[in-house]
Amino acid sequence: MSKGREVLLNPIFNDNPIALQILGICSALAVTTNLYPTLLMCLALTSVLCLSNLFVSIIRNHIPTNVRMIVQITLIASLVVLVDEILKAYDYETSKTIGVFVALIVTNCIVMGRAEAYAMQNGPWLSFLDGLGNGLGYSLILIIVAAIRELFGSGTLFGYEILILTQNGGWYLGNNYMVLSSSSFILIGLLIWLLRSWKVEQIEEPEFQTARNNLETKEAGTRV
Amino acid sequence: MNKNDTLVKTLFVGISLCLVCSIIISLTAVGLRDQQKLLKLKDQQSKILSSAGLLTEQKSIDELFITIEERVINLETGEYVDSIDPKTFNGKKFESEDYSKDLTTSIQLKSDIDISSLKRRENFIKVYLYKEDNNIRAVILPVRGLGLWGTLYGYLAIEPDLNTIIGLEYFSHKETPGLGAEVDNPRWKTKWRGKKIRSSTGEFKIEVIKGLVSPESPESKYQVDGLSGATITSRGVSNMLAFWLGELGYEKFLNKLKVEIEKEEALNV
Repeated sequence: MSKGREVLLNPIFNDNPIALQILGICSALAVTTNLYPTLLMCLALTSVLCLSNLFVSIIRNHIPTNVRMIVQITLIASLVVLVDEILKAYDYETSKTIGVFVALIVTNCIVMGRAEAYAMQNGPWLSFLDGLGNGLGYSLILIIVAAIRELFGSGTLFGYEILILTQNGGWYLGNNYMVLSSSSFILIGLLIWLLRSWKVEQIEEPEFQTARNNLETKEAGTRV
Repeated sequence: MNKNDTLVKTLFVGISLCLVCSIIISLTAVGLRDQQKLLKLKDQQSKILSSAGLLTEQKSIDELFITIEERVINLETGEYVDSIDPKTFNGKKFESEDYSKDLTTSIQLKSDIDISSLKRRENFIKVYLYKEDNNIRAVILPVRGLGLWGTLYGYLAIEPDLNTIIGLEYFSHKETPGLGAEVDNPRWKTKWRGKKIRSSTGEFKIEVIKGLVSPESPESKYQVDGLSGATITSRGVSNMLAFWLGELGYEKFLNKLKVEIEKEEALNV
């Protein structure tokens, strides 16, 4: 695999920012009740991530080390304001629901993390691809979570009725828990479990081993 | 020391970065401002129309909104104010909320009467009249009040008898999706249609109750199903209607309007 391809595709399954690095999950919890706003949020985050990586990488040789974080934040914040303004001008309806989370992309750990960890060391093109890859990795998880939450919480996908809710005269009793943010924790947890059952190398070494009783340790020694 | 870490370089990078970023942001903000305002206005107009059940797919919002007459009224006297042009009346979010922040154009609300937690109430507000052949067919009144997480902003449309509700539509709120945010649910919104505000003796009755309305109950025409899991939002909606349709809200205006409508009807007969 060429370097560019690797940088682009690795963050999707092998090094997923949400599932492996557990970064940026606040917005994953907040915006995933419906698919459409989630899609816009993913688009917003991916574009900010790509461009911030690109610009940080372009000026990386001129950033004074002691103010580098401030420089990165300034760049990211400006991009976020841009994206927010554009969203308000073209989709006012959705910006009402996700506006505050778009503004909070500034504090999204993925954006800052990639700028600091990747773009500061690598060239503009690779950094851009890295941003795109991480954005796609983030989007993948968010879209799966949103699809499950919207389908089982409100019985719709992209607003189209799939399971007709009892309150709309149908048969499906909406799962109100799916509508609440905390359900994404469980869904993301399940996704991480699935991903790690598939890609076994992602399972982390336990930080410590629980000691067993003396008697059992001896037996266990022979058994294992 | 790294050549980038000198004071001069640090200042240079910092200042030029800020300069570039701020120029780009201001240019976009100014460039997109008109488009944003337009979308916001469209959104409000569509809510105004849809509260009165006038929104249809066939016609554009602009075409439909021509039939709506905008009037500024004085809530203290209940009369029309012609000195303020409704076109330039627009405040920020809620069209008259800016006036409620100005001490000279609003009144302080004591906590016992301030059931919707507004703190101050403006004296001037813009209402919308839908007319057909010069006869009023619907009166659309802006309402706002506290729900669970924040203020709900919306429009209440009533029929020319000034006692029957056509619809209630919110254009801005911060309620929980799936619970309080069900104020936007089209099914729930249709439940308002035909509900009566006051009993024949003039007593204020309309409310969102807890649970479902039983159709046999004599009170059912004054009651709307509660939003399940959203008691505080439901109570907020009831309180908001009680406030805005009451003495401090549109009561004086509606009483004057009623006389006017009756006079016109008498002429038509």
